[in-house]
Amino acid sequence: MPDNPVNHEIPDEILSAFDRKLFSGAYSNTPHIRIDKGNRSLPRLNKIVDTIEQVVIKTGLSDGMTISFHHHFRGGDKVINMVMDVISHMGIKNLTLAASSLTTVHSPLVGHIKSGTISRICTSGIRGELADEISAGLMDHPILIHSHGGRARAIETGKIKIDVAFLGVPTCDVYGNANGYTGASACGSLGYAKVDAHFARKVVLITDTIAEYPNTPFSIHQDQVDYIVVVDQVGDPKGISSGATRLTKNPRDILIGSLAAKVIACSGYFEDGFSLQTGSGGASLVTTKFLREYMEQQNIRANWALGGITAQMVKLHEDGLIKRLLDVQSFDQEAIRSIGENRYHSEIDASYYANPLNKGCAVNKINVVVLSALEIDTEFNVNVLTGSDGVLRGASGGHSDTAIGSGLSIVVAPLIRGRSATVVDQIKTVITPGSTIDVLVTDRGIAVNPRRPQVAEQLRRCKLPVIPISELKEKAQKLAGVPEPIIFEKKIVAVVEYRDGTILDVVRQVQA
Amino acid sequence: MRIVKTGTAGTLESSDVMITVRSNGTDGVQIALQSIVEKQFGKQIRATIEDTLKSMSIDHAYIDVKDQGALDCAITARLVSAVYRAAGIEKIDWEAL
Amino acid sequence: MDRTRLRRSMLYVPGNNAGMIRDAAIYHSDSIMFDLEDSVAYRQKDAARMLVFQNLRTLDFEGIETVVRINGLDTPYGREDIRAMVKARPDIIRLPKTDCAQDVQEVEKLIEIEERKNGMPVGTIGMMAAIESPLGVINAYSIATSSDRLIGIAIGAEDYVTAMKTARSASGVEILYARSAIVTAARAAGICAFDTVYSDLNNEEGFEAEVRLIKQLGFDGKSIISPRQIKLVHDVFAPNGKEIAFAERVIEAIEEAKAKGSGVIAVNGKMIDKPIVERAISTLERADAAGLRDYSSPAEGVLHA
Repeated sequence: MPDNPVNHEIPDEILSAFDRKLFSGAYSNTPHIRIDKGNRSLPRLNKIVDTIEQVVIKTGLSDGMTISFHHHFRGGDKVINMVMDVISHMGIKNLTLAASSLTTVHSPLVGHIKSGTISRICTSGIRGELADEISAGLMDHPILIHSHGGRARAIETGKIKIDVAFLGVPTCDVYGNANGYTGASACGSLGYAKVDAHFARKVVLITDTIAEYPNTPFSIHQDQVDYIVVVDQVGDPKGISSGATRLTKNPRDILIGSLAAKVIACSGYFEDGFSLQTGSGGASLVTTKFLREYMEQQNIRANWALGGITAQMVKLHEDGLIKRLLDVQSFDQEAIRSIGENRYHSEIDASYYANPLNKGCAVNKINVVVLSALEIDTEFNVNVLTGSDGVLRGASGGHSDTAIGSGLSIVVAPLIRGRSATVVDQIKTVITPGSTIDVLVTDRGIAVNPRRPQVAEQLRRCKLPVIPISELKEKAQKLAGVPEPIIFEKKIVAVVEYRDGTILDVVRQVQA
Repeated sequence: MRIVKTGTAGTLESSDVMITVRSNGTDGVQIALQSIVEKQFGKQIRATIEDTLKSMSIDHAYIDVKDQGALDCAITARLVSAVYRAAGIEKIDWEAL
Repeated sequence: MDRTRLRRSMLYVPGNNAGMIRDAAIYHSDSIMFDLEDSVAYRQKDAARMLVFQNLRTLDFEGIETVVRINGLDTPYGREDIRAMVKARPDIIRLPKTDCAQDVQEVEKLIEIEERKNGMPVGTIGMMAAIESPLGVINAYSIATSSDRLIGIAIGAEDYVTAMKTARSASGVEILYARSAIVTAARAAGICAFDTVYSDLNNEEGFEAEVRLIKQLGFDGKSIISPRQIKLVHDVFAPNGKEIAFAERVIEAIEEAKAKGSGVIAVNGKMIDKPIVERAISTLERADAAGLRDYSSPAEGVLHA
């Protein structure tokens, strides 16, 4: 007889008409509740599991499933290697690794690929030994490269079905409220992890610091979290962020940054209330610095800035020159501090940032974005993934998302690096279509996409050195010489997905 | 010109090249090239080195090249300096260059 | 050789640094000075000379004036520097530590020999002389008039203050006499005057004060040690709006007068004489170089296009 407090008769027809089961006791059908009400504090109701191995068993992870990770700990990440070591040791095979991005610290994954633990990878970026090995044909299945917005789209639409998300968090409480801006391994925004926490079948938080309940304000919510594992350290603070992103002393980056700032100031988009996104690269940071001078001179304030947030942006925000910050990733200590302290420095998730198929993402509203490039062709198509030797060594990131969303997309890059030209006839890999790029700023001249004649006219009127992109290409060739073509094998090692989910390009194995 | 000792010129800084020249008897010109742009420019770097050696009438030498993306003019400069140093000659024949 | 070109900024580039030589032109200083002297270690003199030689013969410096600072003839390197550099054909050879007219003339003779040897017209290579000693300062005018090749003289302050038994200070009072003597000698000789380097890269205020001072003293420009210093020099040397407007009116008035065949020219009721015209031309040159003329505000209708 079920525990029905009033013993009323409930006909079976009702249960089947409503497609419900009969009440069977207040404790029997609800997980994560206190069973023993006798003691107010014990047992402590929590989701903590002692070890990663135990949590892997609890999640039911098995061969062929998809696991996910985020990259907010950047070069300081310890979570991926830690979890993968355990999973590999347990003998689980054929997993798909769906990371928001991978960095040089993830070279141990090479071993897990060789052992068959990992058979597929989707990521925004890949670098270092892992990238070299994959370029050399390590994997049977090509890896999938997506943009930040594209990943959010894929997860939301079920193209990527995450079975278990292992999300490193700087702090969380025993019930799973987590944030990124407190604790010894603070990383700021958890924008990429939030998508996984929302959509994964099982969510495991991995932390080194248990905070008092409730750990507000939180980025990942207790209602999303299944289990928590406490480890010694989730990230190395030195690798997570620099102190404050220092302005470069490299005169070439300063030159490019000052030109980019002038381009913005002369572009027609520079008016009170504008919005911008700049990256964390040397020239990009300098752009922000010089833009400040134009803002002060012309009494112009920005309404908001987007994307990866740096100390430069925080300073402008705190000095009242940028009203609001939308932060998907905090690049340095200053940004991490600010997201905790400043009311209008808001955390956003990757979908809000750039998902092309949701009901409206932030990149669509941005006026000006400053982007980087490894290579750009004379049609303005941009490669930020493979080096001049054809080897994987970069990230798609928000490049294609912001390029198409923004009113004015500006690529900054030196014309040659070492002896490798940036402007070339044929780029190795397309990440961002040239139809979404407006201006290229190099140390040896500025080129404007012919589909933006008004912008070109504006820049010429401001005496900026605007020349056809084909001339930039010729300048580079004259200086560095014409490189021999890189010889590729037939084998495809990576597939580039455009943000909308279509396939834009493939990367082939480089001949040894 | 005759190689009588080991001569080195250049640096390992970006956009430079460090070239070491030494005698290898009569084994012809042997080039050991390490370059960050070997795949793209390896042939051109070798050609530059061979042409420069020919113009200096060097038929036999072991040339060690550690390239950090130097342009051809820098490669030529470093090679000529290294050869003169290896030949123990201080007075350069500028007319011939 | 061009005596009249704009020379606000002379960017100093160490002669043995391949990367810096390669990128020297991108910063658009008015002149680039490749250094074979103090920035090059004794054991690398040959390598630096060869590197500058090959680069000068190969790279396109996009019309920027090229200058090579050679070692003095009292060193084992000076003569070899001249042999190599004349063949490499920079615009200017810069002589360090010039004490008297004879120092210039000796170098000139060697340059001439090399020019003839290389089949170049005599006088192809210009010269400038750096004055770095009390004796040089005393001889400034005779140095400035020692050769037709001289496009300018420069003050080098470090050795000078040591010889004067003092040291550099923020105000620069210890080299005020030398600066004044050199700029006066240059003006009397009708050539350019260049100021010494400012080596504290992180003190932007001090640098700006110094650039303002030397501009006020009458110098044409300054040697600089980093591309980061170019913008400030050009900004300080850029004429202001009032100066540009006046200069434009002067030039217009001359053209009008020419068209009318009138000999007397006046602007705002003031007679315009030759020095005013020359200053107007120089003002407009600097304004153009700084991109200050024909600056238009953004056209309408571009935003959110």
